[in-house]
Amino acid sequence: MGKLIGWIDDRFPLTKMWNEHLAEYYAPKNFNFWYFFGSLALMVLVIQILSGLFLTMHYKPDAELAFASVEYIMRDVPYGWLIRYIHSTGATAFFIVVYLHMLRGLMYGSYKKPRELIWLFGMFIYLALMAEAFMGYLLPWGQMSYWGAQVIISLFGAIPVIGDDLTLWIRGDFVISDATLNRFFALHVIALPLVLIFLVVAHILALHEVGSNNPDGVEIKKNKDENGIPLDGIPFHPYYTVKDIVGVVVFLFFFATVMFFFPDGGGYFLEHANFIASDPLKTPEHIAPVWYFTPFYAILRAVPDKLMGVGAMGAAIVLLFFMPWIDRCKVKSIRYRSNIYKINLAVFVVSFVVLGWLAMQPVTSTITMLSQVFSLLYFGFFVVLFITSKNEETKPVPDRVTE
Amino acid sequence: MSTDVVDKNKRRFLTAATSVVGAVGAGFVAVPFLASWMPSERAKNAGAPVEADISKLEEGRLLIVEWQSKPVWIVRRSRQMLDNLPKMNDNLRDPDSENTDQQPEYAQNETRSRKPEISVLVGICTHLGCSPTYRPEIAPADLGDDWLGGFFCPCHSSRFDMAGRVFQGVPAPTNLVVPPHYYLTENTIRVGEDGGAA
Repeated sequence: MGKLIGWIDDRFPLTKMWNEHLAEYYAPKNFNFWYFFGSLALMVLVIQILSGLFLTMHYKPDAELAFASVEYIMRDVPYGWLIRYIHSTGATAFFIVVYLHMLRGLMYGSYKKPRELIWLFGMFIYLALMAEAFMGYLLPWGQMSYWGAQVIISLFGAIPVIGDDLTLWIRGDFVISDATLNRFFALHVIALPLVLIFLVVAHILALHEVGSNNPDGVEIKKNKDENGIPLDGIPFHPYYTVKDIVGVVVFLFFFATVMFFFPDGGGYFLEHANFIASDPLKTPEHIAPVWYFTPFYAILRAVPDKLMGVGAMGAAIVLLFFMPWIDRCKVKSIRYRSNIYKINLAVFVVSFVVLGWLAMQPVTSTITMLSQVFSLLYFGFFVVLFITSKNEETKPVPDRVTE
Repeated sequence: MSTDVVDKNKRRFLTAATSVVGAVGAGFVAVPFLASWMPSERAKNAGAPVEADISKLEEGRLLIVEWQSKPVWIVRRSRQMLDNLPKMNDNLRDPDSENTDQQPEYAQNETRSRKPEISVLVGICTHLGCSPTYRPEIAPADLGDDWLGGFFCPCHSSRFDMAGRVFQGVPAPTNLVVPPHYYLTENTIRVGEDGGAA
C-alpha cells in the first residue's frame, strides 16, 4: 500500500493534497453548530448532480414531451419517483443550507479581511445556484414552470434600450417555447453545474489559503507553536470530518422525512399548479415563486414601477456582494460587537423571512404596504451598517479562541 | 542583430498586440454561438395570422384566440362599459393612447378599437408577461368600490380598464397591446394583419 502511494506521489501530489486540505489543514477548535452547513452544502451538490444525472436518462427536453416524461418518471420508471423527489427535495435543502451558511458568515464576520474573496466566490455560487434552480424549475413544463419563467425572463425586459431584444435572445422565440425549454435544459445540466463546481473549488481553495474564521472571529494563525501549527487549531481530518458526519446523519434524517412524507412541502417545495401542464393562454390565479426566491419577489412586488421594481430586486442581491466593504467594523464576531449590530442583523433576518412569507400571499393593499415596510427594513440593514460600523463600540476581542 | 540584449519594450508591445488580435478573434468566434440563441427561421415563420368568428360572442363576454402562441382577447363591450371608459381617464397613465407602440393607428381612439363595442387586445400584461384576469363586474369586494370593470393581473396586481388602458400606481408601465387586426366580414376578425387601409 505504502509503495503504491509512493509510486503515485512521485507522479501526482496525492499525499500533498490530502495533507494540505484535510490531515494538516488546521481549523479553529471552537467551531459550533453553524459550521455544519458548508460541508452539508457540498454534500447536497453531490446529491443533486447524481440524482440529476439519472433524471436526464428519462426526461425529454421537448415542449411536446416534457410534461408527460416527468409523469412517466413518476409513474413508470422503477424508483423514478424516488429519484425525482431526491432531486426536488435537494433543491429546497440546498437553499436552506446555503441561507444558514450565509447567515453564519454575517454573524461571525467571515466576509471580512482577509476573506473577502471567499465571500465573493460564495456570492457567485449563490447567484449560479439561483440560475440553476430557476432553469431547473422550467423543465417539468407545468403551469408554474411556464409562468414563473415568463415573469423572470420579462424582468430583463425592464432594462432600458436593450431589454426587449435581450428577452427575445434569452427565450429564442417570441414567447416561452420549445427553444427556451431546450436551452434551459442544456444550461441546467451542463453549463451551470460546471460553473458551480469551478466556483466551489475556488471557494474552498481561497478558504484553505487564508484559513477558517471561527465564532470568536480571532485569527488562529497569530499564535503558533514551535512547529508552526496554530495553538488553537486542530487538523480538519479526523476531527472535523467526524463532526461533519454527525451533521450529515442528522441532516439526512430530515431530508428523508421530507422526501418520503412531504415531498411537495405542502405546495411550497413543489407548487400545486405545476401538476397541470403549461398553458400559454392562462396564467394561474395565484402565482408565487418557489419559497427560496420569495423574499426578492416580495421586494419586486412592493414597488409600483417596472424598472424601479426590478432594480430594487437586483439591488437586494447585489448589495450582499459588497458586505466586506459596507461593514467597516474591524471586529468580526457578533460576540464582541455592539447591540446596534445585533439588533440590525436580527431585523434583517426577520425582514428576509417576513418578505418571503408576504410574497406567498395573494396581493391586497395590506400585503403591499407590509411588503414596502419590510423592503425598507431589508435595505435599512445595509444603510445602518455602513453608518454605524465605522466607529462601532465593540467589546475587547480575546487573543485566543475561548474554550 | 544582438543576441544578448532583450528589448523588453518590443517584447511587451508584441505580447500586447498578439493578445489584442487573439481577443478580437475570440470575439468573432463568439458571434455564431451567441447568434444561435436568436429565434430560428422556423420560429419567425410561426406567427401566421388567425381568424376568429365573433357572431356568437355575447355582450360582456370574452373570447380568447391564440396568435403567435399568445392569448388574444376579443371582448364585446356593453353600452354601459363604453360609457364608463371616460370616467377612468384621471386614474390612467395614458388615457389617450399616446404611446404609439401599444396599438396600431386605427386603434388610437377613445375605445382603442376599430368598432367601438369590440375590443381586441393581446392578453399579456405589459409588466412581466402574465395573462391578466377578465373582471367585468362593477366594484367587487377584492378590487374596491371604484372598480368599473377591466382586467386585473394576479401576478403583481396591475390594473387595466375595459379598453386595456393601464391604471396609475401599478407596476405595468404601458397600456395593453392592441394587435394588428381587421374585419374580414361583419363577424370575422383576422388577427395579425392590418388589412391594407386602416
